[in-house]
Amino acid sequence: MAEYKGVMIFGEAAEGKLASIATELLGCGRKLADDLGQELSAVLVGSGISNLAQEAIAFGADKAYVVDNPLLKDYQTDSYVSVMEKVAGQVMPQVLLLGQTAIGRDLAPRLAFRLNTAASLGCLELAIDPQSKLLLQTKPVYGGNAQAVFTCQSYPQIVTVRAKAMAPLEPDKSRKGEVITIDAGLDPSAIRTKVLEKVAEKVEGIRLEDAEVIVSGGRGIGSAEGFQQLEELARMLKGAVGATRPPCDNEWVPAGAQIGLTGKIVAPDLYIAVALSGSSQHMSGCSGSKTIVAINKDPEANIFREARFGVVGDWKKALPAFTEKLKELLAG
Amino acid sequence: MNMIVCIKQVTDPEAPPASFKIDPSSNKVVPPAGVSPVIDPYAEYAVEAALKLKDALGGKITAISLGTNQLRDIVKKPLAMGADELILLEDESFDGGDSWSTAYALAMTIKKLGEYDIIFCGREASDWNAGQVGSGIAEILGLPSITLAKKIDITDGKARVERVTDEGYEVIELSLPALITVSNEIGEPRYPTIKGIMAAKKKEPIIWKPADIGVEASQLGAAGRHTKLLKLFQPAREGKCEIIEGESPEEAAASLALKLRESKIL
Repeated sequence: MAEYKGVMIFGEAAEGKLASIATELLGCGRKLADDLGQELSAVLVGSGISNLAQEAIAFGADKAYVVDNPLLKDYQTDSYVSVMEKVAGQVMPQVLLLGQTAIGRDLAPRLAFRLNTAASLGCLELAIDPQSKLLLQTKPVYGGNAQAVFTCQSYPQIVTVRAKAMAPLEPDKSRKGEVITIDAGLDPSAIRTKVLEKVAEKVEGIRLEDAEVIVSGGRGIGSAEGFQQLEELARMLKGAVGATRPPCDNEWVPAGAQIGLTGKIVAPDLYIAVALSGSSQHMSGCSGSKTIVAINKDPEANIFREARFGVVGDWKKALPAFTEKLKELLAG
Repeated sequence: MNMIVCIKQVTDPEAPPASFKIDPSSNKVVPPAGVSPVIDPYAEYAVEAALKLKDALGGKITAISLGTNQLRDIVKKPLAMGADELILLEDESFDGGDSWSTAYALAMTIKKLGEYDIIFCGREASDWNAGQVGSGIAEILGLPSITLAKKIDITDGKARVERVTDEGYEVIELSLPALITVSNEIGEPRYPTIKGIMAAKKKEPIIWKPADIGVEASQLGAAGRHTKLLKLFQPAREGKCEIIEGESPEEAAASLALKLRESKIL
């Protein structure tokens, strides 16, 4: 394993720039690379993405590998795994970090099996073990009831990292780095899937991931109409509406509103949890919130173990009064 | 349509969080007293996805479950829901595995079964939340795979799959055979009918040992791991919730609003 060296991040793009998760990976990767005394590189895969290389360097990369090919316009398992197999074979990094995104969740495990190594998905903390120099991979397990620390016995050690778990560095445009182009070397006939359509769910107002205030509801809200009351409060606070899984499964709110281990990960300043019990699965998506406030009729609900302030009572009575009082206070 | 669904028996993830305990000396979860294990809920979504196709196109569903101490009443649930066969990989050598050894054992089992159009897995299991076994099986068998599916249609021997993305979803077409991992957006799994439960009671699962799937014990369970579990722990909770009192919920809620304003949270 001696020839493997360096830390690499897989940099996803969003709207022509590095996605926020990519800058977070660079921040975390920089620290791991420094701890190992090795280089940090970014790999950028897509179509028309060469411009991201300088941005990756500004955010901390020593090198940027660019694989730019029209066949890579859409993420597809076969093409991306094949490209990353080639890149990993050429660069041979010890550590490969990806985002815990729809792409990372798909790419990381399949690539790990291809390379005869293993992946850990959804890591919250990463560190280099001072003795073994292996990557210590901490991730939630049992739906967030517990956390586990893993090491991988083979290189590259592949992990995906959750959004907002790591902090990006301040970009430094004067930073110098090397940009290296790698040919995709793709055989179109080896791509066995075809993306027919991409559908973006409409988001009205502020995106959950960007909101400073989130008003979130659970099974106890009971209906789509109930969620309108949460929306009213969210609008007033210039925030967004989130939900646990049951309201999404029952289509009271769009699936994109789901917060939790298998939904979105959020970390707002204020998280107002209404009629939700606070299951571990849900809490692992919002436990990074600065202040959690709970309204729930069950005094034993787990949410009261997580919240800073709570009201025990029926949300149908409490929420309108809360909204009304806040309106008055914020106006004054 | 010949379908295979990989399932798993797990500690009930819906059990109250307060009942969740870890034995730090063995790095294992202590099964909560009085709480029966369940079929992994994500695997149930996978069973539901297969049943939806069976409803539309007919066919056969074979469920495979790997583990030790598999309670028959629990692991037979897919049969009660409408699956046709159940294979249990039951042997001590399957114990203590990670995604690698599990995917390997399942892939070798599927290889032995031979005929299949679609293999379904849950997007991840609710115990280790690894999310890798499906992709691993596909890689070992050399199959195309789609993860995080929320809808599957079959036309002219091709699958059209809606895959959940960060922004919404994408529609992907692929030819069969293929592996698909299923997300909860597929919709609530059906309840077993009385008829289904009676049929499942009568049906005996097929039990296979490592030799039946042609695999050495050294590639299975703990021996076949690629990862090492160093530590399993419960993150500390601060647990200092201040309950805002009031004569009525309305009054308490108004006091809460005032509190948030006074502490400059809002």
